Amino acid sequence: MSQFTPEQSAAIRAEFPQLSETVSGHPLVYLDTAATSLRPRIAVDLESEFALRHTAAVNRGAHSLAAEATEAYDDARASIAAFVGARPNQLVFTSNATESINLVALAVQLASAVGSPARFALAAGDEIVVTEAEHHANLIPWQEVARQTGAVIRVAAVTDSGELTAEAVQSVMSDRTRIVAVSSVSNVLGITNPVRAIADLGRAAGAIVVVDACQSAAHGRLDVNSYGADFVVFSAHKMYGPTGIGALWGTTEILAEMPVVLTGGAMITRVDFDSSDYLPAPAKFEPGTPRLTQAIGWAESLRYVESIGVDAIAAHEEALGADMFAGVVDIPNVRILGTDHGVHRVGLVSFTVEGVHPHDVGQYLDSRGIAARVGHHCAQPLHKRLGVDSSTRFSLGMYSTSDDVALAVAALADVREYFGEG
Amino acid sequence: MELDDLYQQIILDHNKRRAGYGLQPGGFPSHQYNPTCGDELTLTVRLSDDGSTIRAFEWEGKGCSISQASASLMTSEATGMSVAEFERFAEGFRDAMRSRGTIALSEEDYGDLAALSGVSKFVARVKCAMLAWVAAEDSLILTRESLN
Repeated sequence: MSQFTPEQSAAIRAEFPQLSETVSGHPLVYLDTAATSLRPRIAVDLESEFALRHTAAVNRGAHSLAAEATEAYDDARASIAAFVGARPNQLVFTSNATESINLVALAVQLASAVGSPARFALAAGDEIVVTEAEHHANLIPWQEVARQTGAVIRVAAVTDSGELTAEAVQSVMSDRTRIVAVSSVSNVLGITNPVRAIADLGRAAGAIVVVDACQSAAHGRLDVNSYGADFVVFSAHKMYGPTGIGALWGTTEILAEMPVVLTGGAMITRVDFDSSDYLPAPAKFEPGTPRLTQAIGWAESLRYVESIGVDAIAAHEEALGADMFAGVVDIPNVRILGTDHGVHRVGLVSFTVEGVHPHDVGQYLDSRGIAARVGHHCAQPLHKRLGVDSSTRFSLGMYSTSDDVALAVAALADVREYFGEG
Repeated sequence: MELDDLYQQIILDHNKRRAGYGLQPGGFPSHQYNPTCGDELTLTVRLSDDGSTIRAFEWEGKGCSISQASASLMTSEATGMSVAEFERFAEGFRDAMRSRGTIALSEEDYGDLAALSGVSKFVARVKCAMLAWVAAEDSLILTRESLN
């Protein structure tokens, strides 16, 4: 496990023009990759070039431009699928991971209303298992399912140090468990969850298992099959790709069974006035004109990630993340949410500063050029569970360096004094 | 945009002093919530018996120094105003906060609240400064409705 050499880091950073910007008169220290990663020039250039020269309608028309656009779109899907170890027809494009989860949740609601297909149809008293560490995106869609169907939410607890165990999930499961929703890594704690063990429990119980892989997707090798889940979701904009596109991966079997949610053109075979037949997945979940330019840009971003090496990026971020954790933990009156003992962590750390509100912490850091995330990070229940309202978060990307970490830790150490708490 | 424009000493002091902190039972409290950061504040306006004058502001809440100081400073500067006077006062404060740095609050009219002028240059923080004021206006409406 080792960090990039200064030469390697310099080459990577040259590819991300935003890193040369200054904020408040200081060079930008970007520590908010967990919210949105910066964009490599090579991918944005290709996206721009494609939009200027190859824009055309996908999957319709016989003219050359339309055919090229269709081919490029299919190639992008194949390339993104390969990055996550999936087959192309298992990868449904959506707007983002939030929409991906909602698509499954809405399919469950539609199926529940008519009682079929059985796998997706919930009844009053059925149970949906989530965890205390879930992002709102992997909680609220299930609350809506519960409200519509009479199903009940069961919440698996994390420990005081932020750990989620398969046993905690098992303890809230029953013979009524129909859905298990869990994240690969909490966006607040940065701790890798035992997703495989949890998914095994869920599938053994006949439940649909949904994994939110947003926080691990570009920070280590994402192999969708390795989780043993039914669905895995992730967003391009956390993988050095554009906003506006994400994916729902499903097993071939579950996608075949899943009812359509959004309908219209491009997802059909035969259409009559009273009924229509649908194409197989992924097309049956992608009505309307697709996200062509975004798919091209996302695929190119991932080619860039591959050119650096996913394992090398993971090793760099892990080593740097451990230094960052050590730096933050040493600052007096700063409390880290979640442990580093006996767990695997990604390069992400959230913390509170005694006597200073996170909003003020973030403002002070910004005045030193440091972009950190403040607030509840779309995880209000987890913050409540840990006894705080909100926190400040540092998160790393492939372009982060030990200088970034040193500057952030030094600035953080000065926060309390500035606010008269030192 | 200098950080010290935002965090003047008066603001840091009022963040700790918190004039008006502590809710008494009764009256018409207004609860306000800032969904972006999870900050919340509950405030009750107390009027004179004839309903014409603001006798007191009482509030409780948790939030950043800007939201806490703004509630404390409003309490210090606006207690004792007539309702009509406060309505104009709040309107002027809102205009300044939304001005993106183009309108400064005068010390003559706004006293120590003028220290919050710098907030308007930090667009993300305007909501923090307005939290107590929105609650005050809301509580005022509820209180006056009860008098009619």
